[in-house]
Amino acid sequence: MVDLELTFEKNLSIGQKIEPRDWMPENYRKQLIRLISQHAHSEIVGMLPEGNWITRAPSLRRKIALLAKVQDEAGHGLYLYCAAETLGISREEMFDQLHTKKAKYSSIFNYPTLTWADIGMIGWLVDGAAIINQTTMAKCSYGPYSRGLLRICKEENFHKIQGMEIVGILCSGTNEQKEMAQESLNRWWWPSLMMFGPHDTNSPNSSDLMKWKIKIKSNDELRQRFVDMTVEQAKVFGLTIPDPELKFNTETRSWETGEINWDEFYSVINGNGLCNNERISARRSAYEDNSWVRDAATSYKIKKNKKAEAA
Amino acid sequence: MHLKNDNSLFEYLVRLGDDRLILGHRLSEWCGHAPILEEDIALANIAQDCIGHATHFLNAASEVENKIKTADELTYFRDAIDYKNLLIMELPKGDFAFTIVRQFLVDSFTFLLYEKLQNSGNKFISDITTKALKEVQYHLRHSSQWVLRLGDGTELSHEKTQNALNILWLYTNEMFESDEIENSPSLKNFITKSSDLESEWENKVISHLQNATLKIPEMQTNYLSGGRRGIHTEHLGHLLSEMQIVARTYPGAKW
Repeated sequence: MVDLELTFEKNLSIGQKIEPRDWMPENYRKQLIRLISQHAHSEIVGMLPEGNWITRAPSLRRKIALLAKVQDEAGHGLYLYCAAETLGISREEMFDQLHTKKAKYSSIFNYPTLTWADIGMIGWLVDGAAIINQTTMAKCSYGPYSRGLLRICKEENFHKIQGMEIVGILCSGTNEQKEMAQESLNRWWWPSLMMFGPHDTNSPNSSDLMKWKIKIKSNDELRQRFVDMTVEQAKVFGLTIPDPELKFNTETRSWETGEINWDEFYSVINGNGLCNNERISARRSAYEDNSWVRDAATSYKIKKNKKAEAA
Repeated sequence: MHLKNDNSLFEYLVRLGDDRLILGHRLSEWCGHAPILEEDIALANIAQDCIGHATHFLNAASEVENKIKTADELTYFRDAIDYKNLLIMELPKGDFAFTIVRQFLVDSFTFLLYEKLQNSGNKFISDITTKALKEVQYHLRHSSQWVLRLGDGTELSHEKTQNALNILWLYTNEMFESDEIENSPSLKNFITKSSDLESEWENKVISHLQNATLKIPEMQTNYLSGGRRGIHTEHLGHLLSEMQIVARTYPGAKW
């Protein structure tokens, strides 16, 4: 046992990826399952707010691009569930945890998409924040997750470009379109900052995760990177960041924001967002109301096998 | 080389485009709500293909009308009465069995149609269908496989699939009605009359449905049609009001 643990520690220290068949501490496994399944759930719950606008996308090109994007999210969900399965949990168990609210997903998807501009904002801000998180996570110590993330990040970059294109077109459009973009930014700005999680001082899982190189950078560091990048982009769009306290610190050469409303953050996480119930019930009914489809596929396969044996 | 301002050609291209657009729209409604994640991906993919085909057909229609309206304008600023899709495309998505059976019936038709149209003397039609045929071949494989699983799966899936087939069968005859547009002399070397496809479609479809242990509905006298003339079910108006809301609320805006 001691040897196994030493090998594990050694692999971590030299940057060797941990693979499914390698020995790993139980808590490392547990934390990874929690993290990867949370990420997978976020991808498939994240399909809902954007899927909400596929049927209303205002041009053929936008409709196809949005469909492609939401399809990508399903693909990400699929390979993340597969990555989590390498740790000894099944997709059904993970779905069950999601449907019974035992597992979490990114809280941002509990906010509603109310206008077409929200589709642009999600691409620009939400995918933008996700890319910052995930390119860092792609360096994590667990092989299947790390490799999955590399692929996911490539696609997320397209999503962000798609979102910025939508926002850019709105901002150079009619006054009504500009207002639509600004109003949408007003709603999505703060929840985007919350995507990086609590301040480092209040992040309960962080220290273990960092020790095991499951997590590489702290929440606050990543959030700062996002703020610095996004504030400059907003200027180019001609949009105003909805934060009267936002100011540039000339010493640190970075933008300082006002305090995030953490009460709102915890309230939404704990189920009180506008869409928490809708999101879970949509996922539940997709899964439960259609169980007969999966049963049919299984039953057909059994019949086929029996026929093949008889022949 | 193209016949400019030829109304029959325009009408025909619009029909092909509307069929794909409305079917793609219905498929896209599954995104995020499919029975398994793999089907979220598959249905979204097929929906994209369909809307892609629609874009090509409607662009071509726009070209032959000297770009009086763009493909987007044709999509977002036409009322239901001016839509020319087959009724089967616009029916609400229903359950997974309904979606799959519709898809199978339509894929089988579209495959045969495009197979012929790729040899069209009209470059728009031949170019678009040659490319689209490859995708439709995949769609047909996908829906055919599911028809087997649902029809010959469990008792419940069989029942749902049979029910879907019984309803959808009423809308199949419309696919093979060749009207004055299809008979227009100007389209003679451009198209294949859809009535010419009927017997081959029937042979293929019936044998596959029987393999899936499904019963072919008795020949009906009450087949339904009207889409090609703009006479639709009530469902299309609602579909369009959703699809067109943003574009129509901000006319003239770019997206």
